[in-house]
Amino acid sequence: MYLRKNIATSENGFIFNPSTGDSFSANPVAAAILEQLKQGMTFSDIKAGLLDSYEVDPLRLERDWDEFINQLREANLLAD
Amino acid sequence: MKKTWQSPVIQKMNGGLMNKFGTRTEYEPVKHIDGVSVQSLIKEYGSPLFVLSERTLRRNYRDAYRAFSTRYPSVQFAWSYKTNYLNAVCRVFHQEGSWAEVVSGFEYQKALGNGVPGPQIIFNGPEKTNEELELAVRNGSLIHIDHFDELFQLLAITDRIPEKPRVAIRVNMDTGVYPVWDRFGFNYENGQAWDALKRIVTSGKMTLTGLHCHIGTFMLSTNAYRQAVKKLADLAWRCKTELNTPLQYLDLGGGFPSTNTLRGSFLPGTDAVPSVDEFAEAITAQLTELGYGTQDTPKLILESGRVLVDDAGYLLSTVVATKRLSDGRRATILDAGVNLLFTSFWYDHTISPAQDFTHHTEDMALFGPLCMNIDVLRQSSNLPLLNRGDQVVIHKTGAYNMTQWMQFIHMRPNVVMIDEEGNTHLIREAETLEYLQQPEKIPAHLQQPEKK
Amino acid sequence: MKLPDELLTIAVTGLNAIDSPGPGIAVIRSLREGLQRPLRIIGLAYETLEPGIYMHEVVDKTYQIPYPAAGTQALLNRLAYIHGKEKIDLLIPNFDAELPNFMKLAPVLQSMGIASFLPDTDMFEARDKVNLYSFGKQHDLLVPRDRIIHQVSGLHECGELFGYPLVVKGKFYDAVVAYTAEQAEKAFYKISAKWGLPIIVQEFINGTEVNIAVLGDGKGNMISAIPMRKLYITDKGKAWSGITLQDDKLLELAASFVKATRWKGGCELEIMRTAKDECYIMEINPRFPAWIYLTAAAGQNQPAALARMALGEVVKPFTGYEAGKIFVRYSWDHITDVNAFHQISGQGEL
Repeated sequence: MYLRKNIATSENGFIFNPSTGDSFSANPVAAAILEQLKQGMTFSDIKAGLLDSYEVDPLRLERDWDEFINQLREANLLAD
Repeated sequence: MKKTWQSPVIQKMNGGLMNKFGTRTEYEPVKHIDGVSVQSLIKEYGSPLFVLSERTLRRNYRDAYRAFSTRYPSVQFAWSYKTNYLNAVCRVFHQEGSWAEVVSGFEYQKALGNGVPGPQIIFNGPEKTNEELELAVRNGSLIHIDHFDELFQLLAITDRIPEKPRVAIRVNMDTGVYPVWDRFGFNYENGQAWDALKRIVTSGKMTLTGLHCHIGTFMLSTNAYRQAVKKLADLAWRCKTELNTPLQYLDLGGGFPSTNTLRGSFLPGTDAVPSVDEFAEAITAQLTELGYGTQDTPKLILESGRVLVDDAGYLLSTVVATKRLSDGRRATILDAGVNLLFTSFWYDHTISPAQDFTHHTEDMALFGPLCMNIDVLRQSSNLPLLNRGDQVVIHKTGAYNMTQWMQFIHMRPNVVMIDEEGNTHLIREAETLEYLQQPEKIPAHLQQPEKK
Repeated sequence: MKLPDELLTIAVTGLNAIDSPGPGIAVIRSLREGLQRPLRIIGLAYETLEPGIYMHEVVDKTYQIPYPAAGTQALLNRLAYIHGKEKIDLLIPNFDAELPNFMKLAPVLQSMGIASFLPDTDMFEARDKVNLYSFGKQHDLLVPRDRIIHQVSGLHECGELFGYPLVVKGKFYDAVVAYTAEQAEKAFYKISAKWGLPIIVQEFINGTEVNIAVLGDGKGNMISAIPMRKLYITDKGKAWSGITLQDDKLLELAASFVKATRWKGGCELEIMRTAKDECYIMEINPRFPAWIYLTAAAGQNQPAALARMALGEVVKPFTGYEAGKIFVRYSWDHITDVNAFHQISGQGEL
């Protein structure tokens, strides 16, 4: 699963899906994840990086990660 | 140094509706109540937890008393027991000088237990038993008659006991607000109230002391009270001139709103609701206009409840879980539900997180812990993302919740009062299984697990 | 006070220049033309797609503000933030629903250095639909008779009193002309479901509709009044085109309204003129109408005069205007970019 190729993201956390016309705003952590997804990083690499740089325990990260990916899928931003 | 984590979220940006700018006041963190930390309160007394501020109770009472007494020479408040009859709360108001206003025999007993002298108890309500009435008559309490059946019930009692009942009648009337509360008392417009007054005076067996009305609850119009004063004053004048019975008091009841926001109301309560001062001005100005307020003027009695206690009560609660609903909305589940917060059926209670949070907010539904679909505290509230274990403060919960709460699915929690020095006192212990089952009886044939 | 050639910063709401437009853009156009000094216009918007937000040649910068339902405290906090950045000299609100909040805040805003020129709560309440009839009676102004009802059974009495057709109105919005008791009942349920109770039932007045844009100085003097008759309306009943009228009777009516209420600020009187030449006041809108630029075009620039009074100048009543000036409203597809939309939606500023 990866971020759709044509998704536009901006520095201050805005996302634009040109194929649907939908816009989204992301909070800073979400924006950071999206940026890394855009660079083509794998889920596990991104998660490892988050554990390194944020004050978060692995269980909480897993729970939040699943919900976030779910949100992206529902927002039609991911492709298989 | 690692960065602070926050759950990653995205939000769809819609062409109209999104609007969070400037609404931040609702979610300032509230970490302390009267200087006591929310965290320490929950740590010591558990969650959920009701907290009452004695300082706010006394301040509210003094403000309300000042509003009326600076405008009218003889003012008496009577604490409305049904609004919150925890003894500690009642006693704060009695210490401040409040009488008691009760609407059942059990509340009457509570008032006596709190040391209120009989003549300072007002006995209202549509149902009073013979035993209750006899006790009230013997104590010289003020009995407010609700209907003709009660009037004749009292007349019958006067044949049995020597004391003369001190009575008033409750009057209902059209004050220009809807609905008219015509189910309580005697109607003014159709002459019923006047008939009752004549009957009382001509019987010679009762002392007519005053007139009572209670025109509604959560009243948003001060003008309605002006109308009520006019009509009560008209009856009082006729009592004096036609029945030769000057009255000792006019009891305007309660009905002043707190600053809670009614569900479906366009404006928040703080903007929609007139202040006690405005009500006092309307009532006393009308009295003065009619020539009251000089020497030997009737006492003005007020039975305010909600406006004195609502904002002195807080309900502390803890986040049990968060989830996303099928339509993508966020839901937060708290450990306090409608079993404790009956008023959430008609208010949008303000709910504040009790800890710091990141600036990102989201509209979310707030549910209680009950396994029942009705258990909704807020259909939608714009709050920062909350996590399991976070604490919240639910505001303005002092009125009616600690009397109308349900022992349903969960037991009732601790209630504490913070005194004026900042000391915390447990004023009602959390219920236990033993307490709940104490009145239960198990028939002999059900004592054994197996059927014989 | 600022010198006449200094930059003046004016905040304006009602940037929704759409098919049923708010007055903001017309007010700004009048100000820019009439004040003849450097202006910085700050738009205050509720929704992210109000056209004015994106029209930078009209509005210099826009900030989102909280909906009226969020209350005065939320609004004040937001205005304080905006004021900190922009140093607003004058604020002109243009929506009915937001006015109560701005009226309440007016003294606080004044103390912060933000002037406004608004009616007070008593004036505002008196002309409310619910109070209009007693207001008319009190001031000898002709208004349709009405009854405020809370129950559908109240319609019966109204039918006997007014006959049919009659008008069934909601507390805030919506009005239906009912020709039979059945239609009235249907309207009662439909409108009360949407806007709650009470329902206002009004006698039906047959005639020609005329609107008057009025400006009062708050001391009982009418500074300006421009009557306009709609030449054509949209399917929503809004003016598509209208023409200024010269008629002393209408001006006298407007003047007596201003005198009776000591109206402060702009307002719009909706008048129904019957075949017998009686002028009924049907409704009083407590702010400028969307067609307010027509007053400037006809020679009495009401928004500019209001701005001058708000800033402390003494403004003399206008005399004379041009009858026969016509406005024809048109629509225009303004082009912007998704970044601008992100900016206003996400940051609340553009």
